[in-house]
Amino acid sequence: MAAAGAAATDLEVVRGKRAALFFATVVIVLGLPLWWKTTETYRAPLPYSQISGLNSLKLRLMVPVTVVFTQESVPLDDQEKLPFTVVHEREIPLKYKLKIKCRFQKAYRKALDHEEAALSLGNIQEAEAMLAEPSEQAEGSLTVYVISERCSLLPQDMMSYIGSKRMAVVRGIMHREAFNIIGRRIIQVAQAMSLTEDVLAAALADHLPEDKWSSDKRRPLKSSLGYEITFSLLNPDPKSHDVHWDIEGAVRRYVQPFLRALSAAGNFSVDSQILYYAVLGVNPRFDSASSSYYLAAHSLPHVINPVESRLGSSAASLYPVLNFLLYVPELAHSPLYIQDKDGAPVATNAFHSPRWGGIMVYNVDPKAYNGSQLPVRVEVDMMRVMEVFLAQLRLLFGIPQPQLPPKCLFWGPKSEGIMTWELDRLLWARSVENLATATTTLTSLAQLLGKISNIVIKDDVASEVYRAVAAVQKAAEELSSGHLSSAFAASQEAVTSSERAFFDPSLLHLLYFPDDQKFAIYIPLFLPMAVPILLSLFKIFLETRKSWKKPEKTD
Amino acid sequence: MAAAVRIFLLLLLLLGPGGWGQAEPPRDSLREELVITPLPSGDVAATFQFRTRWDSELQREGVSHYRLFPKALGQLISKYSLRELHLSLTQGFWRTRYWGTPFLQAPSGAELWAWFQETVTDVDESWKELSNVLSGIFCASLNFIDSTNTVTPTASFKPLGLANGTDHSFLRYAVLPREVVCTENLTPWKKLLPCSSKAGLSVLLKADRLFHTSYHSQAVHIRPVCRNARCTSVSWELRQTLSVVFDAFVTGQGKKDWSLFRMFSRTLTEPCPLASESRVYVDITSYGQDNETLEVYPPPLTTYQDVILGTRKTYAVYDLLDAAVVSNSRSLNIQLKWKRPPENGYIHYQPAQDRMQPHLLEMLIQLPANSITKVSIQFERALLKWTEYTPDPNHGFYVSPSVLSALVPSVVAAKPGDWEESPLFNSLFPVSDSSSYFVRLYTEPLLVSLPTPDFSMPYNVVCLTCTVVAVCYGSFYNLLTRTFQIEEPRKGGLVKRLANLIRRARGVPPL
Repeated sequence: MAAAGAAATDLEVVRGKRAALFFATVVIVLGLPLWWKTTETYRAPLPYSQISGLNSLKLRLMVPVTVVFTQESVPLDDQEKLPFTVVHEREIPLKYKLKIKCRFQKAYRKALDHEEAALSLGNIQEAEAMLAEPSEQAEGSLTVYVISERCSLLPQDMMSYIGSKRMAVVRGIMHREAFNIIGRRIIQVAQAMSLTEDVLAAALADHLPEDKWSSDKRRPLKSSLGYEITFSLLNPDPKSHDVHWDIEGAVRRYVQPFLRALSAAGNFSVDSQILYYAVLGVNPRFDSASSSYYLAAHSLPHVINPVESRLGSSAASLYPVLNFLLYVPELAHSPLYIQDKDGAPVATNAFHSPRWGGIMVYNVDPKAYNGSQLPVRVEVDMMRVMEVFLAQLRLLFGIPQPQLPPKCLFWGPKSEGIMTWELDRLLWARSVENLATATTTLTSLAQLLGKISNIVIKDDVASEVYRAVAAVQKAAEELSSGHLSSAFAASQEAVTSSERAFFDPSLLHLLYFPDDQKFAIYIPLFLPMAVPILLSLFKIFLETRKSWKKPEKTD
Repeated sequence: MAAAVRIFLLLLLLLGPGGWGQAEPPRDSLREELVITPLPSGDVAATFQFRTRWDSELQREGVSHYRLFPKALGQLISKYSLRELHLSLTQGFWRTRYWGTPFLQAPSGAELWAWFQETVTDVDESWKELSNVLSGIFCASLNFIDSTNTVTPTASFKPLGLANGTDHSFLRYAVLPREVVCTENLTPWKKLLPCSSKAGLSVLLKADRLFHTSYHSQAVHIRPVCRNARCTSVSWELRQTLSVVFDAFVTGQGKKDWSLFRMFSRTLTEPCPLASESRVYVDITSYGQDNETLEVYPPPLTTYQDVILGTRKTYAVYDLLDAAVVSNSRSLNIQLKWKRPPENGYIHYQPAQDRMQPHLLEMLIQLPANSITKVSIQFERALLKWTEYTPDPNHGFYVSPSVLSALVPSVVAAKPGDWEESPLFNSLFPVSDSSSYFVRLYTEPLLVSLPTPDFSMPYNVVCLTCTVVAVCYGSFYNLLTRTFQIEEPRKGGLVKRLANLIRRARGVPPL
């Protein structure tokens, strides 16, 4: 009876043990993965290593230069060596993680027949027109024609000529070291027309440490897919001035040709408005000597803000807006002049604010007040105004005045107001800036996602990141093979994709999920469930160890 | 640059005389109007209308030039291919029973409806973007307009302007009744006016007065209209309207005489030089049988009579562009006087500001003899902020007692005695007239029970659920893992031992 009872008890004990073990197994095999799976945040894989690789990217900007030798430009035995290619490479020293190298690839060849014919003309402009005709040159490339030493195409004291299309003319030399000497002249000209350190430094101004390129350096407009240009006529005193401006004609005549030339750098839209009763934020001072009013240079920063609230934001697009204001001062404050830092009136009576736009003060001719009653009808001389605004537009886009090598003939831009090689320079700078921006965005996104593990990474965010990385790499490749326009397009895609990934709203969904709330929900449920399981497991473990030790003792 | 300048000059010589020189008629025009209507209830309604007409065809691409028409709205029309746009932001409700029929009523909150051009392919997408952009322009929460509160009416909301086809799939309509209208909505609305708020009628638009009213409705209506009588080409019309109803008791301190200065705390000084018409109309139609209930100052130079909303009305007209109107006194302050005040009494009401000051309502009433007068105030129960509840929130909140101060006519005329000499209990209140005495009575304080939220509900739910789960699980677990054995019954229970104890004491053998 007792034995049967003990056997039954043993059976019960074993069954209980098995049940406890089964519970533990179910919890570990089923419960834990279920809990893990349901509380997990979805994180698509990202190319972290490639992103960190972008930081040590080495950019190599290639400028293809075609050098064309006419007859008698170099000694005959040198001409025999043509055609051949020379590469001139140079690192651009910038305090920046991107290492930028500039590489001029000079392809030397003999002149073709029609080029000979063109260069033997008497007038450099006709020659340029004739040379530009047959084929359009690729963006970023340059063609340098070497003419004979005594050729009359250039005035005798001039050594070189820089054209408005991507071409230049350099005088040759009859010398044993002809190629070396000419090579140096070509590099001089090419650096004036193509990439320089200044251009890149200005483009990377946001990414460089402040000390080197301090804030008073010109900061060009940030690169964007498009720009909106708004011309505003401010008439604070419509009771005395009835101002008319022919903005339609002015835009058609002066602004559109310039923007058409610049259209490779982005989309442009232009509009204009007239604002009445819009005043500057600063009261001008009276200067009794000249009985005129003036705005001192230090007060100019305070002029913009009050006006800006009236300008109205651009409702229809997300592109940056460039404002050009023409301010006709009220009768009580005219004439009004802008003074520079030394107190002398500025010749153009205008100033510009980087990345914002420009303001020009247009004084009404005092003769207009004689004998006529208010309001006085004022016709704005649009040519005077547009000259200033176009010059400001060039500055805002970061197109500096060309720096010419000595003894160089230069005519200045045609009616578009911009030379094609200046446009190329802008595209180089914008491509590099875009690459730097995209790299920074991707790096900070990768850092952020690595640091905060709560953030959900959706598939579309991940695909944008992949696209941005691929576009950065493609742009770098295209730059090093000298295809400027496709490099620029790729760099724009890189910026767009990287920013779309960075600002995707889905990244913010689960960002705030504090730990104390997690514990408040978990403890009342998980503690009572986990304690019995753990205790019985512990008990089973102890008993097993005891039963293992027993047989040892009997030995 | 020298070459460029030379080319420009050449162009100018060629194009100059044709381009400008001849005075073309102005392509935009602005009309502004203010209608002041004394309402039957004694309140005063003021309705502003600013109408900008723009003689231009808007094209989607290309350069556009704006003069009087605001650029922000013009860009909107061309970008979203709008045919019509109507947006109103309203605070309060137009009480037709007391105030009569309005010129233009709008629902409280925000109302937006728009007709799109037939060229729009995805109307819903454009509508979504449009409401988002408008919410940015007018600082209103129009971005909450989505498919859940947008409808496409098929019979009402026909286009108000020129329309050749009315395919209702290009119409969208939405109302946000919760939208609160405030200064931040008025400021962008004022910025759209050509004269801003510097000259003309817009000088009167002072935010702190306009929102101190019982009804405030501002609206923007854009529609295409005929440019000329034969309607050969289309112009765009922007109408900005603003209607307010000034409460006689809140702003007028109980008096019903009005002036522009009292309503807007401004007067009209100069017309907007850009406006081609700038007028103030004052409704001087007499109420009731006897005319001459109203008097307007300065006396109007012209009056205007017409049938408006089914009744014959007379308006006094002040034309600001007429030099005689403003120049007399350098500023125009139109005043209205009621010759015979419609009713007697004094009511002073100072509305409460949340967490700042309580309501104050003072009324001077002459009570008829043997009558019962009831003064009742409606109130709403609202939830407080959760930190503002007292430790015993269910007790309720006290409203302080009302005070009744009265001069009661005395039954017997008192002797005019020396005030210093009389007993102290009789000289607390100074009495000027011996035929009446002064009483001040107080009512009981009112205990209002406010709704109280369940402060601990979420955590209770969590704890309860977890406890239930844990208890079920625990007993189940125990049932399955414990070992059960049958215990041998022990030797006797408590009763048996007790019985044995008694038996031993008795000397009887135990059980």
